[in-house]
Amino acid sequence: MSERTYLEAIREGLFEEMERDANVFCMGEDIGTYGGAFKVTEGLASRFGDARVIDTPISEIAMVGAAAGAAHMGLRPVVEMQFIDFIANAYDILTNYVATARYRESPPCPMVVRGPSGGYVRGGPFHSQNPEAAFVHTPGLKVVYPATAEDAKGLIKAAIRDDDCVIYFEHKYLYRRIKGDMPNGDHVVPIGKARTAREGTDLSIITYAATVWKALEAAEQLEREDAVSVEVIDLRTLAPLDDAAIDATVRKTNRALIVHEDTRTGGLAGEITARINERCFAWLDAPVMRITAHDVALPYAPSLEDFVLPQTSDIVRGARWVLNY
Amino acid sequence: MRLTRSLEERLVALYRQTKVVGGVFRSLGQEADAVGSTYALEARDVMSPLIRNLGSMLVKGAAPVDVLRQYMAKGNSPTRGRELGLHFGDISRGMLGYISPLGDMVCVMAGVTLSFKMRGEDRVGLVYAGDGATSTGAFHEGINLAAVQRCPLVVVVESNRYAYSTPTDKQTAAKQMVDKAIGYGIAGEQADGNDILAVYDATKRAVDRARQGGGVSLVELLTYRRKGHAEHDSQSYVPNGEIEWWEANNDPVDRYVKVLRETVAVQDEELVAIDARVRLEVDSATDLAEQSPPPEPSDALEGMYAIPARETPLWFREGNAPAVMHNERPDGWGTAPAVAANES
Repeated sequence: MSERTYLEAIREGLFEEMERDANVFCMGEDIGTYGGAFKVTEGLASRFGDARVIDTPISEIAMVGAAAGAAHMGLRPVVEMQFIDFIANAYDILTNYVATARYRESPPCPMVVRGPSGGYVRGGPFHSQNPEAAFVHTPGLKVVYPATAEDAKGLIKAAIRDDDCVIYFEHKYLYRRIKGDMPNGDHVVPIGKARTAREGTDLSIITYAATVWKALEAAEQLEREDAVSVEVIDLRTLAPLDDAAIDATVRKTNRALIVHEDTRTGGLAGEITARINERCFAWLDAPVMRITAHDVALPYAPSLEDFVLPQTSDIVRGARWVLNY
Repeated sequence: MRLTRSLEERLVALYRQTKVVGGVFRSLGQEADAVGSTYALEARDVMSPLIRNLGSMLVKGAAPVDVLRQYMAKGNSPTRGRELGLHFGDISRGMLGYISPLGDMVCVMAGVTLSFKMRGEDRVGLVYAGDGATSTGAFHEGINLAAVQRCPLVVVVESNRYAYSTPTDKQTAAKQMVDKAIGYGIAGEQADGNDILAVYDATKRAVDRARQGGGVSLVELLTYRRKGHAEHDSQSYVPNGEIEWWEANNDPVDRYVKVLRETVAVQDEELVAIDARVRLEVDSATDLAEQSPPPEPSDALEGMYAIPARETPLWFREGNAPAVMHNERPDGWGTAPAVAANES
């Protein structure tokens, strides 16, 4: 066991997969000599050379398209979006080409698109987004979004080995704030499996990414102040959703609060609520409620960003409402 | 070229009989640019066609019966009824199926050829784009990335004067497409796209350059689209007499026949024999395609992912269990169970 930050865990996962399989290579802007805007790929170019750690022009469409072409021919590309906000440029080729390739009987696209996501970092409208819902909505893509350092490593390895395209969201707020003990050996976390971050009996908070940590803070506070037992589910994979884990926790606690940092309308919380309604209606003692960002762009000023995004105090207030229903 | 033209004529006949599910897209007048350019490739090279590259696909080994099955949405078509018309490939024959958003295949072929370079393989890629596709961001990004990486890629721009109804002078202010090569720092070639031998020579120079490590080339082939975007298109936007002029004076098949007569003294009997062979091939392919069944409806749920290989039909479809069985409800749930009401 050795301690790694969330960011180091991603890098270690990339490094191990590139060591393991000569077909794995990275593409992105400033990822080679410079090591990437956040230094996730630092050291990869000196170890593997610039043929496997490719600095590209500022061309998200070409990066994703070229990754698809290379994947067709048996390589395992990992594309870095410098900020995940820029994945919008590649939305066409990801959803129209990559996601449909296997279904169209073309060669498949085993590839990873990864990038720093999320707010709480004063990044403003174009360095803070959480665009996961668009890709969860697209059949043919898989979507993961780890909250812990252990999962950051285990999921990047699973994503690279997956036979389909995986969009790997990594939360930049967690990069250097979260540490974890890396299990020894080949640590792979299966795609499609949620994790119980905290056991509880009175309320289920279902969440992912940075808000897992806020939900855990809220759960501690609720235990201390209200003597209630809150379960926290970290989804880890958003497509495909772990329905079994969602059903199990809701049928156990009979109350559910969905928390995410993405905006509200069309966000994942709506989909999860619908699934709970379909399968767990009779087990519910309260309406399923959502704690999300407000439906606005993400502003830069700290006072504005803090107001827009869900905070621990919001989760506590929402949890009390559901618990007292 | 003869097979391309006859197969398309057959598709139009089937379309009029409503046996084609979607539209029919013709390459009439452009057969030389498609056939001649793909002839410059080796079997191991990879080519990505577009909607007017039936000729290219036939050269690469696509079977007429597969083309017909695709258009007729048959279950045993190369895409099992998922995609239409020429939207199919066969990577074992070096043919990669394209999608409708234009320019994307330039990016994908940049990656295919990047893999050739990374693995030191002696292979070349060729991707087709129309004059309209050159206006897309994907075309620019793909050709630029491939140029920087010196990928063994040939980008063939078929300048056929119209993108749907839009003439080339509304597509670009460039005087000619080949000029764009200068901006990308790559080699450019231009040829008369209705002269199959000139098409072959220009493309072959680009293919050889790519194979020898010379990187990307842009090959502009000047041609003319004599039919509309698809069969439904009235071509009302085309000036009077333009189509007729090209038909009478610059037909690629007529021109090649003339060359064959002049250079190798081809005889009428040989040409008639070719036509008869083509007719037989198209006839038998049509019979086979018409006998093919449509896909099983539930095949639609297969193949989005490696795992799971098949999606589950939704609960409202007959024969499928609802999300929750009534007897799954916890004891005591509900306010007025039917049994309790009867007892009172």
